[in-house]
Amino acid sequence: MTSTLDAATVTMAGALNTALADALAADQGVVVFGEDVGTLGGVFRVTDGLAARFGQDRVFDTPLAEAGIVGTAIGMAMNGLRPVVEMQFDAFAYPAFEQVTSHLAKLRNRTRGAVSLPIVVRIPYGGGIGGVEHHCDSSEAYYAHTPGLRVVTPASPADAYRLLRQSIDCPDPVIFLEPKRRYWSKETAQLEAGGPALDQAAVVKRGTDVTLISYGGTVATTLEAAAAAAEEGWDAEVIDLRSLSPVDDRTLTESVRRTGRAVVIHEAAGFCGYGAEIAARLSERCFHSLQAPVLRVTGFDIPYPAPALEGHHLPSTDRILDALARLQWDDEPDERWLDSGGAHA
Amino acid sequence: MQSLDFRPFRARHWRQLFTDVSHWEPNVTAVAAHPVSSSPPAGTGLLPSGEPWQLIDPAGQPVTEAGPLPPDPTLTELYRRMVIGRRFDAQATALTKQGRLAVYPSSHGQDACQVGGVLALREQDWLFPTYRDSVAIVTRGVDPVEVLSLLRGEWHCGYDPHQHRVAPQCTPLATNTLHAVGLAHAARLKDEDTVALVLLGDGATSEGDTHEALNFAAVWKAPVVFLLQNNGYAISVPLAKQTAAPSLAHKGIGYGIPGELIDGNDAAAVYTTVQAAVERAAGGQGPTLIEALTYRIEAHTNADDATRYRNSDEVAAWLARDPLTRLEAYLRSAGQLDDDGAGRLRAEAEQFAAVLRERMNADVPADPAELFAHVYAEPTAPLREQRDSLLAELRDAGEQR
Ligand SMILES: Cc1ncc(C[n+]2csc(CCOP(=O)(O)OP(=O)(O)O)c2C)c(N)n1
Ligand SMILES: [Mg+2]
Repeated sequence: MTSTLDAATVTMAGALNTALADALAADQGVVVFGEDVGTLGGVFRVTDGLAARFGQDRVFDTPLAEAGIVGTAIGMAMNGLRPVVEMQFDAFAYPAFEQVTSHLAKLRNRTRGAVSLPIVVRIPYGGGIGGVEHHCDSSEAYYAHTPGLRVVTPASPADAYRLLRQSIDCPDPVIFLEPKRRYWSKETAQLEAGGPALDQAAVVKRGTDVTLISYGGTVATTLEAAAAAAEEGWDAEVIDLRSLSPVDDRTLTESVRRTGRAVVIHEAAGFCGYGAEIAARLSERCFHSLQAPVLRVTGFDIPYPAPALEGHHLPSTDRILDALARLQWDDEPDERWLDSGGAHA
Repeated sequence: MQSLDFRPFRARHWRQLFTDVSHWEPNVTAVAAHPVSSSPPAGTGLLPSGEPWQLIDPAGQPVTEAGPLPPDPTLTELYRRMVIGRRFDAQATALTKQGRLAVYPSSHGQDACQVGGVLALREQDWLFPTYRDSVAIVTRGVDPVEVLSLLRGEWHCGYDPHQHRVAPQCTPLATNTLHAVGLAHAARLKDEDTVALVLLGDGATSEGDTHEALNFAAVWKAPVVFLLQNNGYAISVPLAKQTAAPSLAHKGIGYGIPGELIDGNDAAAVYTTVQAAVERAAGGQGPTLIEALTYRIEAHTNADDATRYRNSDEVAAWLARDPLTRLEAYLRSAGQLDDDGAGRLRAEAEQFAAVLRERMNADVPADPAELFAHVYAEPTAPLREQRDSLLAELRDAGEQR
């Protein structure tokens, strides 16, 4: 179903709120619950006003227990509801991990398709907000590694609306990761539920020299880097993945076969991070088109740092430009690739 | 066992600290809805009785002061289903020895819980079983071959949960408690008269999910019944290493849920207690926690060696409390069962086992392509690629042969 509103300036948090309201209005089976989502409207106000509008039976506060929230959502979905639950912060979703991986992800398969779990688990994630410990994790790789889950993350308000509406309509369980540092980013757009499929990546900037691949909170940074690269003479293409699982191989390979160079950017730790999967897929699928190794610009392999130091950890435009410069433009391999010492350090 | 002191005056004192008094109302409705005199339970308020409640003693004598027995046809049916269930259980264990089942956790000894709990359910109610509860699922009417699918080593649970309202057998301990609460709460939200019965073991009560489920159920007044089969062990670990609570049923009061302690080898007591709890739940009075004291006679599974952690005297003592002999003795003394009737039942159970044996001997063709079919509602593009590559691999292997 397509819901078209007038074009207006909207924040990502506002777009998500509208998506929830429209989904609640469109389908009596939709219920929204979690910690502080009722009266307070959520710590990020994404559920603001929904309990008052739709009543406490459809939008409600639960006891404080994340496994309980996901576990009971599973039971509710078995009984025909479409739960949209909120985990208050990325790192506080971990208590629900067993319910997510052992049941949410597997029940359809375990029942040979007889039980469908159309559940959305909304998780505000990532840093860049000066948050304290346990409030800034990028946990996407844990979920994307789990077969049976869809993992979706928007980078703009209009996408946030559309992807959340489509995730709620989707018969599969969706881990919906909301980049909290973009909650207050604004866009003038029409909010529409229709459009490209849920698992379709977007080419958000066309270019010919190199493909910059990102998602969620670092898409804006990547676009800034692409603009800066243009001043240096590089015409970069930028892809916003939007769906991390399943991944849109077609858009990726089509782009990289054309440009011959790629950099993956995310703020999660690089080791066994989501970018490693993309780099591997591109070298498997585009090897003969590649002019240079696929590079990654990621957070360091450290626990998310304190506010005073997070600027060093997050991918910056400079770091993206630096990676871009190392893509063997003059056919000279980067010195770092020849230094075997690093591999044994 | 001494009873705990509830101290309502504390509540009054603390209540003054809250602006909205509803935050600190003791759950008087739960207490009032659960009168001391009614049977069952024999407990007081939210607390369980000191001794496990029993309707028929191990010698088959009715415990008249405990309350009325279920009607004779019900007792006869409980017995019949236990005889069939016991035979099914033995057959399943035998199938492991023949390599037809990968593993089987027996419920021999827990038959009264398996059958009594399920027969107390109404058509529209849901059952949330564990790996231990195959007999309960068979009693619910699911095809026994389908019930054994998972244990046979298949990748799916074998049955459509919606058909008999039975969730897949759950192996991650205690996780099914939350599913039951969610399903029951959804029923309340949709104004449906459905109660969920969840089965769990004594070991599972130590898991966090059990705590969360009891708490959610109580806060939401969800129509759910927790039937806890306390068989004394979690694999090898005895109850004393699992809890310091006076009884597991005592845990209910901490959530505002009535706890019942019953003799889990007395099918009449299990049936009556679960039925009353189902009625309570259906009547909007919320959840009940029932602790049924029982024992598994076999090892944890066919792969376990129980002699490493318990002695044969203990097993012998529990064999003397067998749920089938007890009910049989009662039915005979009540004139409801004679040798002919017992013989007919045995023949029925044998027939049930023979059919099962034969059907389990047939190999089920497994389709490798189906591995990719139900991971998502529609196979994703990467899964389609992987399926096709597996099929190509199989084609190549076939051509080489
Ligand atoms: C979360 C989890 N941890 C460990 C296990 C392994 N395990 C299977 S059964 C079992 C013992 C469970 O004991 P109890 O709850 O008393 O049930 P019983 O087997 O006695 O019926 C254990 C430890 C498991 N299945 N799930
Ligand atoms: Mg046990």
